[in-house]
Amino acid sequence: MRDFYGTTLANGFMLGTAQYPSPAILAEAFKRSGASVATVSLRRESGQDRAGQDFWAMIKGLGVHILPNTAGCHSVKEAVTTAHMAREVFDTKWIKLEVIGEEDTLQPDVFGLTEAARILTEDGFQVFPYTTEDLVVADKLLNAGCEVLMPWGAPIGSGLGLNNLFGLRAMRAHFPDVPLVIDAGLGLPSQAAQAMELGYDAVLLNTAVAKAGDPALMAEAFATAIAAGKQAAEADPMEPRDMAAPSTPVIGKAFLS
Amino acid sequence: MKLQLNGEAVESAATTLDAFLTEQGYGEAKVATAVNGSFVPAMMRAGQALSDGDAIEVLAPMQGG
Repeated sequence: MRDFYGTTLANGFMLGTAQYPSPAILAEAFKRSGASVATVSLRRESGQDRAGQDFWAMIKGLGVHILPNTAGCHSVKEAVTTAHMAREVFDTKWIKLEVIGEEDTLQPDVFGLTEAARILTEDGFQVFPYTTEDLVVADKLLNAGCEVLMPWGAPIGSGLGLNNLFGLRAMRAHFPDVPLVIDAGLGLPSQAAQAMELGYDAVLLNTAVAKAGDPALMAEAFATAIAAGKQAAEADPMEPRDMAAPSTPVIGKAFLS
Repeated sequence: MKLQLNGEAVESAATTLDAFLTEQGYGEAKVATAVNGSFVPAMMRAGQALSDGDAIEVLAPMQGG
């Protein structure tokens, strides 16, 4: 497995921590998922209820790698400042860099993303950029210092799966040594398996688990699918073909007509 | 002096960011701070003077995807 800035993950499951019905269900979902990475965020804290402190204590207790995000940032300055604040609070160089460029699709602003990635890399961050499957943008992100790429499968929270199989396959072929993560858009375990079968190193998802009727069961289903997809990729799948090819040998067949 | 804390107007007697956080009840909470849009690392809070009208952001860990 390709490593993530020198860290080898136990599996390719990165799971978000938002939108669960309760903290207890979140914890149970993580336990059943076996996920190796948890994504987290920063939001305004009140000096009265200090809600973030309990949340942080619980997340630390999960014993997984922490990947803070810059979700909701629309400008380079906002994303860079948020990254600095996240590095201090979470005590990690890892940052899931989001610079949102369009409200309806939450499509990344790839120009701002590349600039922010360069600034943060020069400042010692290890950037996980939320990007598209565009190969030119990917190349610019790598030149900016990123050692991981995270193309979207579909718009965040849509559950549509892998919208551009051709583009994602091309990305895997074009960057054989770069760790690739499908970030966003997955709705079903079969889509996660498909991503892993393409040779992707991990998937990052949140809504598909958190908004399922039984989040913990869905988390386990995703874990199984991710493991199956990874095994399939390692097993070197057959090439598809247009015409039938009999699997049962024809030689030795009785002449009965 | 009048300040903005996370978008809300507050009245404060604190002259530094460090003192302001204590005054507002953050104590030893794990938070990150910014003043007027610029990050202020924890170790610089004691030296960060506050002026009337400053906008302070205090952020903490939260759920995220």
